[in-house]
Formats: sequence, C-alpha cells, structure tokens
Amino acid sequence: MKAAAPALLEVQDLAKAFPLPRPMLQAMLRAPRRSVQALNGVSFAVRRGETLGIVGESGCGKSTLARCLVRLIEPDAGTIVYDGADVRALVGAGRRAFNRRVQLIFQDPYSSLNPRMTVRETLAEALHVHRLRPPAAIPDRIAELMDLVRLPRDALDRYPHEFSGGQRQRIGIARALSVEPTCLIADELVSALDVSVQAQVINLLLELQERLGLTVLFVAHDLRLVRHISHRVAVMYLGRIVELDRTERLFSTPSHPYTRALLAAAPELDPTRRSRTAAVRGELPSPLAIPPGCPFHPRCPYAFDACRSDRPELYSLPGGGLAACHLVTPPTLERAS
Amino acid sequence: MSRASAPDSGPCIALAIQGLATTFATSAGPVRAVDGIDLEVRAGEVLGLVGESGSGKSVTLRSVVRLVRPPGRIEGRAIWQGKDLLAIPERELLDVRGKEIAMIFQEPMTALNPVLTIRQQIDENLKAHTGLGRGERARRAIELLDLVGIASAAERLDAYPHQFSGGMRQRVMIAIALASQPRLLLADEPTTALDVTIQDQILKLLLDLRDRLGMSVLLVTHDLGVVAQTCDRVAVMYAGQIMEVGPVVDVFRGPRHAYTLGLLGSIPSGGAVRQPLRSIEGTPPSPSDLPPGCAFAPRCAFVTDACRRRRPDLVPVGPDHLSACLHHDQVVRAAS
Repeated sequence: MKAAAPALLEVQDLAKAFPLPRPMLQAMLRAPRRSVQALNGVSFAVRRGETLGIVGESGCGKSTLARCLVRLIEPDAGTIVYDGADVRALVGAGRRAFNRRVQLIFQDPYSSLNPRMTVRETLAEALHVHRLRPPAAIPDRIAELMDLVRLPRDALDRYPHEFSGGQRQRIGIARALSVEPTCLIADELVSALDVSVQAQVINLLLELQERLGLTVLFVAHDLRLVRHISHRVAVMYLGRIVELDRTERLFSTPSHPYTRALLAAAPELDPTRRSRTAAVRGELPSPLAIPPGCPFHPRCPYAFDACRSDRPELYSLPGGGLAACHLVTPPTLERAS
Repeated sequence: MSRASAPDSGPCIALAIQGLATTFATSAGPVRAVDGIDLEVRAGEVLGLVGESGSGKSVTLRSVVRLVRPPGRIEGRAIWQGKDLLAIPERELLDVRGKEIAMIFQEPMTALNPVLTIRQQIDENLKAHTGLGRGERARRAIELLDLVGIASAAERLDAYPHQFSGGMRQRVMIAIALASQPRLLLADEPTTALDVTIQDQILKLLLDLRDRLGMSVLLVTHDLGVVAQTCDRVAVMYAGQIMEVGPVVDVFRGPRHAYTLGLLGSIPSGGAVRQPLRSIEGTPPSPSDLPPGCAFAPRCAFVTDACRRRRPDLVPVGPDHLSACLHHDQVVRAAS
C-alpha cells in the first residue's frame, strides 16, 4: 500500500442518533426525548485500493456507519466525500452513479437476496437498472460473474434457498460486483458462516480485490479476520473511532487501552499462551447513556481525573496512527498548543 | 484408551459416553445427527467439543441427559457414577439432571424465565436439589451471585432477567446451574452470543469455578480460540462423528486429522497477512446422505481409495491422542 494514494472516500464528523419512542406519560411531562447515540463524530479516509478494517463490539456503531456511507441511513451531521464529490448533496444521475460505484454487501445472505428471484434474475436486474450492458450482452456478463465468484453456471436458474450459506454469500458478492463498483463495503461479510467456509469467502474477496483493484471497507467484529485482510484498522467504541493505525502496528503495539483490552480478550489460537485474568472489567455502557469524558473511562484501568471530564480527541501518534486517549497525548499539552 | 476404568491406571472418569447415536426421523428418512461416538469426560477437566454447525456437538450434549424430544431416538450408553443415564427410569434421571449434572445454554434470555425474579429462579433450584431451609436458601442465593461476580448481589436478586445485560444474564444462568453443586457442567456455546470482552470474562469465570468447585466441564463451541484458551482436552466432531481427540496443546501443535488441520488453517493466525487461507473446499455433507467411508473424504486433500471404502476407526496416534484418519502421519507432517 503506497502512502501517497489519494483518498477515495473521506468521512468528516459523521453523527447519527436514533430517537426512542416516548411513552405518553413522559410526553405529557415534557421529558426530553431519549435517543441512541449510534455515531458521535466519526472521521476517517479510505485510500484507493486499500482495505480499511472497522472493528468494535456490538453497539459501537460500525453497522450504522456502513449504512450511512451508502445512504441507507441519512446521517444527522457530517460530510461524506467520495472521489471529490459531496455524497450527501448528490441527486439524480450523480446519485445513481455513486450507488453503482459503492456497493454494500450484507451479513445475512438469507435475507438480502430476494427469495423469489433466481440467481439469473437477481444479477440481470442490477445490470438492467444501471444499463451497464446492452441487453444482448447481459447473458455473457452473468456467466462471467458466476466464473468470477466460482459458482457453477448451472446454478443460475436456482433460487437462494437451494444454496448453502457460503454459496449464498458468493451470490451476494456476484450481485455487488455485477455493477462494476470501485468500492465494496462488507458488513460482517462472513460472520454467519462456518470457519471452513469463511476462509473460502475471504480468499475469494482477497483475490477479487487484487484483480479488480477494489477499495474495501471491511466491517467486522472478528479481530483475526480484520487483521488478516486489512491494510489499516479503525477501532470503534460507542460511536467513535478510538484508534486508527496500520494493521501490523495496531496489533503489535496498540495505543488505546480499549484496543489493548480488545486484543487481549480475543481468544488466541495458541493454547500455551493463556491468561487466567479477564482482559477488561465491566460491561459495555448503554448507547442511551454514554459516559461523559472518555467513553471508555469506567472500564479503563488507567483512567484519571481528566478522563472523567474531558473527552480526548483523536491525537496523532508518533508513528502516523491516531488514538483518542489522554495518556497518548496529555490533555494539558494539547490545550496549550 | 482408558475405557476400562482401572483405578490405578489413567485418570478418573466422570462420564463415559459409549456408542452414542441419536437419530431423528425426517421426511427424507432417518437422520443420524450423532453417529456412534465414544467419549469420556474426566474428573475436574474442561473437555471441549468443537465442530461446525450441524456436526452434532449440541445434540451429543443434550443426548447425554436425555434432552432430546421424541421422535428423536438415543442409543448407546452414558455411564455416570455406575449408572447408565440412557437406561435408568425418568424418576432416577431427575436426581441427576439439574443436580449432579447441570447445563447452561447459549442464549440465557430464552433459558431464563422472563416473569420470575432471579431470586425465585435460584430458589426453585435450591428447593428442588438441596435440603436447605428458607433462610439458608436466601443466604445461599446471595453467595451464588457473589460467586459468579455479580456486584451488590443482595439488591440484584429481585431483578428480572430483562434488567440484566447479556453477560450478566449468562452469569445468572451459571449461578442457577451451580445452585445444586453439580459435579459436571454441560455448557452449550455459553459465550457465542456475547461480545469478545464479555466472553473473555465468562470463560475466565468458568475456569475459576471449575478450580474452586472441582467440577468437570463439557464445553461445546465452534470457536477454536475458545478451546485453545479454556480446555484441557478437545474432541473434534464432523458429521456426527469424533474425528480426533486429545490434549489441547497436542491437537493444536500437531493435528492428526485432515479435518482438524483444515479447520486450524481456515483461521487467520496473524502470520501471512492478506495471503490465501488454507480453506477446506466444499461444504459439510448432509447428515441424511453421508458418504460410505470417512465422512470428510469428499473434501479432504489427503484422500485415498481406502478412505472411501470404510469409515476409519478412532485409534491411538500418540499419548492420550486418538484420531480417525488413515493418513494422520502425513497430516501431522503437513502441519509442521
């Protein structure tokens, strides 16, 4: 990965809250409406041809982020710039072109494929909608796509329920690739699959990325997978990125205490390297009531006074990464500058 | 194999599963979800039962305590303290199941009763399986919540399951299971629904409890990382059969079955980043349509004609290490 590659997708201060329904009594008492703070100012950039991994536990906002990027969810605030254009301002043909070039692949191929359409119909629909091929050339393109994801061509006239989970995920990938995207957003692409099948799909994704020069945003909770396929990794906690760095540095010398805890908690495959103490205490706070200051401070073994009152911004690390922790850059220094 | 439990040789066996087969009648004919397995759980050990979905690991666990509904049929023996759990009358089984052998499940929200408080649910188990009086039971309930690491136990006792987070619910379920002071805990994917930092806490808790209470644990999981970090021995299941069983360190360092090798290779281990993983081609066979020889043969890279002819027996391949692979020597060479 060349550092000089320009950013293909740039996100600034993205925020999204989901208001909760207000019970009548509270409405009458004019109690403030509560909301789930899913994204609280997320900023990052993805370079052309790069794989950026996004990891975090449930409720950290990673799936909301993926959906905001393709405008399945309208963010409340922030900007998304794709290839120089402000995505949130796109309309008409510009929006359609964006929709084609950035494709989201879902976790659950069972529910994201139309059960009443054959594979051929699913693939043909995408090609028709975006008018990528003259109608006469569509059958050839469909056959080509099946070869690309290594599914037999006789599978074309079957329905999604006739396939195994791994095969269905291949169909999902073929559908995303049918419109010749430049950027794939994979939201928990292989989480629903057994490990032996996971490896097949990961190998396929790596191969296709090299061949087609795709930019990939790999959203997942599995640290091992994210480490394996990402050039850089962003760690999210309660709607914020807490650390972002090159993969090998993030995994070998994590800076944020949450990243460290996450890495230590992930069960290692080497049975001779065991620890008998839990990596981190406490539970994930509710996204309805995010702690003030650093959101991780109630669980952090290093928390001090500033952590409870001031929320740390993402500071630059000496090696080029970013981390949002007062221990990385003391807050007093930052305020003085 | 120390099936003959000679007292002076080999470890003390808590539960001996012999020739266990569980069959379900389906419209496509009978399906053998568990296809004749032999397995022993030793006193004080954590034995991992690992496999992919449909491998029969959960059905094995449930079959041992006869939690398989008809028309599911269980054959074989499960010897517990000299009694065959699969043959004793239902009344006698009730003295064992939930008492000497307790169970915890993957999804605590469905295993806990949503309309009873935690106090009521622990008390129910204490009443059924101990002779404690009312005051003692109340004290014991607080002790149990303390034991599983729930802070301010006395106040939390009157809460309902929905008032707890996923990790706390799993702790509550463990507390209920421990109320009867079981000698064996059957754990069916206890951390699969939990986040990784919470999973870590629960697994460490299980290990602590095993040490403090001296019980055995049979842990069903699909996650080899969980096995590596938690278990003493591991049995690898595929298509209702045990493919390999041995000490965790030996199996992970030198797998002796082609399936175990493939499974370990499918998981990125931080080495060759962005290189192809050693995946297993194809998909597991349908349990209603197993190949005649080794069930793994159609996906195996080491397969020969002999594998397709007859199902290989589970035979000793090293100290305390058994494998049902004809080519285990080649496999272990490929692993190193």
